[in-house]
Amino acid sequence: MSTELAPGIARPTIAIGRFEAIRRRPARLFVLGLGVLAVSIALGIAFGSVSIPLDQTLAILGHRFIGWPSAVTWSPSTETIVLELRLPRVLSAATVGMGLALAGVVLQGLLRNPLADPYVLGTASGAALGAAVALLVPIQFAFLGLGLLHLLAFAGALIAVWLVYRLSGGGSSGSITSVLLTGYAVGSLLAAGLAMAMFLSGDNLRQIFFYLLGSFAASTWAQLAVALPIVAVGSALILSRARSLNALLLGDEAAQHLGLNVRRERTLLLALASLVTAASVALAGLIGFVGLVVPHVVRLVVGPNARAVLPLAAVYGASFLVLADLVARIPGELPVGIVTAVVGAPFFLALLRRYRTGYQL
Amino acid sequence: MSGVGVGVELRGVGLSYGHRRVLDGIDLVIAAGERVCLLGPNGAGKSSLLRCITGVAPDREGAVLIDDVPLEEFSRETLARRLAVVPGQVQLPFATRVEEVVALGRLPYEHPLRGPRAEDRAAVTAAMARVGVADLAGRDARELSLGERQLVVLAMAVAQQGGILILDEPTMHLDLRHQVEVMELLVDLNERDGLTVLAVLHDLALAAHFFPRLLLLDHGRLVEDGAPADVLTPDRVRAVYGVDPKFVPFMAS
Repeated sequence: MSTELAPGIARPTIAIGRFEAIRRRPARLFVLGLGVLAVSIALGIAFGSVSIPLDQTLAILGHRFIGWPSAVTWSPSTETIVLELRLPRVLSAATVGMGLALAGVVLQGLLRNPLADPYVLGTASGAALGAAVALLVPIQFAFLGLGLLHLLAFAGALIAVWLVYRLSGGGSSGSITSVLLTGYAVGSLLAAGLAMAMFLSGDNLRQIFFYLLGSFAASTWAQLAVALPIVAVGSALILSRARSLNALLLGDEAAQHLGLNVRRERTLLLALASLVTAASVALAGLIGFVGLVVPHVVRLVVGPNARAVLPLAAVYGASFLVLADLVARIPGELPVGIVTAVVGAPFFLALLRRYRTGYQL
Repeated sequence: MSGVGVGVELRGVGLSYGHRRVLDGIDLVIAAGERVCLLGPNGAGKSSLLRCITGVAPDREGAVLIDDVPLEEFSRETLARRLAVVPGQVQLPFATRVEEVVALGRLPYEHPLRGPRAEDRAAVTAAMARVGVADLAGRDARELSLGERQLVVLAMAVAQQGGILILDEPTMHLDLRHQVEVMELLVDLNERDGLTVLAVLHDLALAAHFFPRLLLLDHGRLVEDGAPADVLTPDRVRAVYGVDPKFVPFMAS
């Protein structure tokens, strides 16, 4: 994988402000990111309401997954915590973090709008409304370990984007501004539906509210087994479209002149980002900030070349959400969405201030 | 550089936006290696004509041939290797280095998964040197002056190595020095590298001075086609632009 747009180009002899200094080698950052992700996952498994020594955590994982011949010095309950509670939870956080960060890169690039995030085209309100409806309907339902909530949230997110796409004529020559505005309008309408559902929900209000804030507390292997393939395949396909995202940097018409079938690629990218977002919100609820901030932080460091931004956003997005979930557990199960905002916003502001000369949104 | 110009032929090209007829019955041959300027008042259909040639105008009538091959037979990607279009004013959503903007010109050659190869990088370096923006390589393209930015998008188009450069008002918003600089570069790319050049301009003096062949478009029709002295006659200027030719300095003398 070549992650640099033009490494062969000689650096200009005159140093040009700080902007010159902030481009780093993406390949090295990617390897570093994998390391950060591995450490985050290990920490995420070890710490929580019951802390398990890191060496024991690693021993359990090694024993179980790669048949490491270590003496069993831990209790069965410790093993259950690691394998049945922490591991699916941490992997869910990594999956969602990767998915939301990639969807954020795609939507910011597609809409050519730095303020876009994975939820901008109605996915958030669609998923929330779906979840709220699921909590209101007095039907017990389970399929492949998934509740009605997950399925309706997933469907709600996809239906919302489909509506936005159809209403804005998104695939044809319809301007990208109209897609954005339609997304806003449809989102508002669905939000009204959500407000209505919350108003009617009575005792379920708290549950809906928790869903809106996002959490990995209830993650199970069964849910992950359904969501992970969707996010993984969607993410892999998004990673393969780096060239298209680069072509879209200069706008739709310029992208066509650079050889892109804009109509097809736009539809494809929108579908992939929506699918990944829908699977993520179905798994964990509405976790904000990951999809907005991670892409920007990555671009700040390596520039806008999607060939570098996409893989880096994937690993650092995953690490970020695993760590955010860990932080959320420290005071005892805070909604992780609060942590991502509290940690993410100041970090983002600090970066913006530091690189003010070189990076504006 | 590819060095081989691309020829363009239009047969009975027409275009309507809704009920508004913007182009009608355009027949035109631009041979490989020619340098042609398209003139006409606002709304005459100049940009629409360019969009027909580059295949982004929907529902075009008539035939467009690129090197004798109908436009429809090209994929966007293969077309992008023949035609390099210099975008008008570019808006970049994110901070982007000049070398990264120029490298976008290599996308038509890039494998979707493998990414740019050594020859792509070489083409980017060469294009920046050719256009004279190599010393800007590390700058944020959004912080450049309009003149510098125009040269950067021109370098991107040069990196694309199409046989024809298509430009829509490349001197818009530029001061006199940058206007002349861009014109001289186009002449040089045409004469030295053999690229076909097709540019839309508003400045009649620049057009007459730098282009051996002018096309004059009025109300969607091609009304003149020839050398500057034949196309820009006082009567034509009065008829097409609706102004007294005395306001056109080089004609007044």
